[in-house]
Amino acid sequence: MSKELLDIKDLVVEFPSRHGDVIAAKDVNLTVAAGEILGVVGESGAGKSTIGNAVVGLLERPGRVGGGEVFLEGEQIIGKSQAELRKIRGKRIGMIFQDPLTSLNPLETIASQLIGTIQTHLGLSDAEARERAISLLDQVGIPDPSERVDHYPHQFSGGMRQRVVIALALCAEPDVILADEPTTALDVSIQAQILDLLKKLVREKGVGMIIITHDMGVIAEVADRVAVMYRGVVVETGPTAKILGNPDHPYSRSLISAVPRPDVRLHRFPVVESIEAAGECKELDLNTHWLGKARDFGKSDGPLLKVDNLEMVFKSGGMFGGGKSEVRAVDNVSFDIRDGECFGIVGESGSGKSTIARLVTSIYKVAGGSINFAGTDLTKIKKRRELNVHRRQMQMIFQDPFSSVNSRMKVRDIIAEPIRFHKLTSSEAETRQIVDDLLDHVGLGAKAAVKFPHEFSGGQRQRISIARALATRPRFLICDEPTSALDVSIQAQILNLLKDLQEELGLTMMFISHDLPVIRQMCDRVGVMSKGKMVEIADTEELFKAPQHEYSKHLISLMPSYSGLMDRDDGQAEAS
Amino acid sequence: MSDISSEAPSFITRFRESDLWYNFKRSPGAMIAAFLTFIIVFGAVFANFVAPHNPFDLATVDLFDGLLPPAWEADGKASYLLGTDDQGRDVFSTILYGSRISLIVGFASVGFAAVLGITVGLISGYAGGMVDSFLMRVADVQLSFPAILIALLIDGIARGIMPREVHDELAVYVLVVAIGLSFWVQYARTVRSSVLVERNKEYVQAGQVIGLPDWIILVRHILPNVMGPVLVIATIQLALAVITEATLSFLGVGVPPTSPSLGTLIRIGNDYLFSGEWWITIFPGVALVVLVLSVNILGDWLRDALNPKLR
Repeated sequence: MSKELLDIKDLVVEFPSRHGDVIAAKDVNLTVAAGEILGVVGESGAGKSTIGNAVVGLLERPGRVGGGEVFLEGEQIIGKSQAELRKIRGKRIGMIFQDPLTSLNPLETIASQLIGTIQTHLGLSDAEARERAISLLDQVGIPDPSERVDHYPHQFSGGMRQRVVIALALCAEPDVILADEPTTALDVSIQAQILDLLKKLVREKGVGMIIITHDMGVIAEVADRVAVMYRGVVVETGPTAKILGNPDHPYSRSLISAVPRPDVRLHRFPVVESIEAAGECKELDLNTHWLGKARDFGKSDGPLLKVDNLEMVFKSGGMFGGGKSEVRAVDNVSFDIRDGECFGIVGESGSGKSTIARLVTSIYKVAGGSINFAGTDLTKIKKRRELNVHRRQMQMIFQDPFSSVNSRMKVRDIIAEPIRFHKLTSSEAETRQIVDDLLDHVGLGAKAAVKFPHEFSGGQRQRISIARALATRPRFLICDEPTSALDVSIQAQILNLLKDLQEELGLTMMFISHDLPVIRQMCDRVGVMSKGKMVEIADTEELFKAPQHEYSKHLISLMPSYSGLMDRDDGQAEAS
Repeated sequence: MSDISSEAPSFITRFRESDLWYNFKRSPGAMIAAFLTFIIVFGAVFANFVAPHNPFDLATVDLFDGLLPPAWEADGKASYLLGTDDQGRDVFSTILYGSRISLIVGFASVGFAAVLGITVGLISGYAGGMVDSFLMRVADVQLSFPAILIALLIDGIARGIMPREVHDELAVYVLVVAIGLSFWVQYARTVRSSVLVERNKEYVQAGQVIGLPDWIILVRHILPNVMGPVLVIATIQLALAVITEATLSFLGVGVPPTSPSLGTLIRIGNDYLFSGEWWITIFPGVALVVLVLSVNILGDWLRDALNPKLR
């Protein structure tokens, strides 16, 4: 490669706190050359964003650089004043942030934001700057740039906005671009376009780019070299193919093995090392234990859940609101779920998949159609008491582990609440025993019962959520994006737990996700949703091998391919 | 990452390790304010033991000791630290007993307003639709009148329908209702907006999936999660309520002079302000200012400490 544009040497970043200094990054060494994309990958808290912020002097207080050097084309930039750094930011180092919604000023047109930045750094005249703004928009692939330049940010879609942010980063022809999770807030189809664009720009303009992400798919797609970070330390750096195919460090190995494979279905995810300890999931004898009792729901002849012509409309505008508008969130959806299977629902954001989960659980009222659960039409039941008989049999696991448990209650009370409410035990002592057993069973340990949720990490909170769902002894479990807020290694643990529980308790599951590889690992059959409609229902393997509908084909073509992904030596792959 | 094996800490240990306590120990303003508030509240609660005289026990009051200046002035008596009023009552003791009435009215009216406001806010935010629109319009209408005017109105009605002796006896309760009814709106609005945020969170939906009835979800799950801002409002409104009570008493529509509050004391002393007996009104005034200022500073500190964005 050519000369090194950015050279980070032994960088240390520390955050002083009342519990002593927290070292967020320790002795980090990274280099980027012209025309090269360096991927920095790691899980949350690994310190990857901290490094980016330290380089451009944007560390959040009270963070500070505790040592090391950063050279931009041979010039030391650590220790420069904020005024000098301001000249470097934007002009020599361009930045792209995660959320295109908040990176643009909603009160100014694109033109004035671009022209302002161009004039600050290049000192062009108004006409020249406008000319340049239009050509930049053209370069990032915005149609009709001479017209669109006078529009406001809200007139652009999320993907288009991220293109504008990229144009903004390119304004002053920087030497280095720092992209912090540039596609995390975007849907897969838009993500692919943005990544293509970034790759093209780096090659054409010969800039160096650091792309910070938690997503192995993004890395596989664009990066030339990868640095793997773990708890503030770069554990391994190397060419992408090497890191993905044959990593040296044990952490890189576990991280990559935890990535759900899009190509082969595995029985279980390999056990991931170097992550938070989860206690052993204790075995329970289900023939004698409470949890195994009352599994005599009686086999229904037909499917357990049968949804016909389901409709849901969101109305906005109220009493004094005036103009009412309607959004058809679920549009004539029919499907059924057989006893004991795992049915997946996949689709992009806004496709109505979570709405279906809330209709089935009667959180929302249906606008039309029927929901038959074990032979009873739930939409016809008016009384809560009657509905609760069925509700007890279906439980739900939510997406956000931080808001799905009440942070003001002790873990014991959270899990005991459904047991006490439905009076599933005869005494308080029995309830406590069952809560302890449930906590043991999901790998948290009975001692977690007396703690509050904030003492647990995201993955552990998701285990609390699972234990609560099991506390009604359900036969049907709805998982609404249960792992999309979690790191990939934690995701592997949680998915393994869900698989075990399903097998052991004979649960029927509805598994909602936007993540195709996860769906492939978890589900027997899949329904594909787009804009409120279910466009295709097929067996998982069939869908992935030969999608029928145009939209399914499109979705599957966007999956990251991970060519040359590390082969797993544990031989757990099932012939599919 | 938490250590699963450790035992659960007690409430006191949790408080001592909390950010709130840490923050408190590092803000001198809050510590001074808390100290002063504590002194006044302590003196008011234990007035019977702390006060050198009982100004309302007529047997101990000597008219010949009337209008004595504070002890350090030439004519002052050592037993009357802050002087005496026209009837020979010890000013320091009346301040202690007066603060007691002021604080009782303050706490009770804030409690009354909070219960009413939180209930309305919870129902309004959770029910939505017509109920919400109706309750919030009522609140808007009430907000278009000054709080003191509503308090005056309620007090006036109470005076109109009750004979004088009964009213004097019930004056404190009338004040509590009057001030409470004029203060509930802020709680209702704050709680409602918090409920609007909380009710869309997944823990509420988890409760619905379990099948819990709405009132259990409201009381057990949503209520504890919206109490943070309520605590802040309550602190700041405590100061406001004490001032409102003082204002009403100063205007002569509050508690009667036989059991005076700080406001009544200021009013009584006001008549003597320009005839040289300044201590009768200044000392209760200072006590009121110190109390209100301390509580306000505590409220401001609490608001900042509970708002992670300002840290």
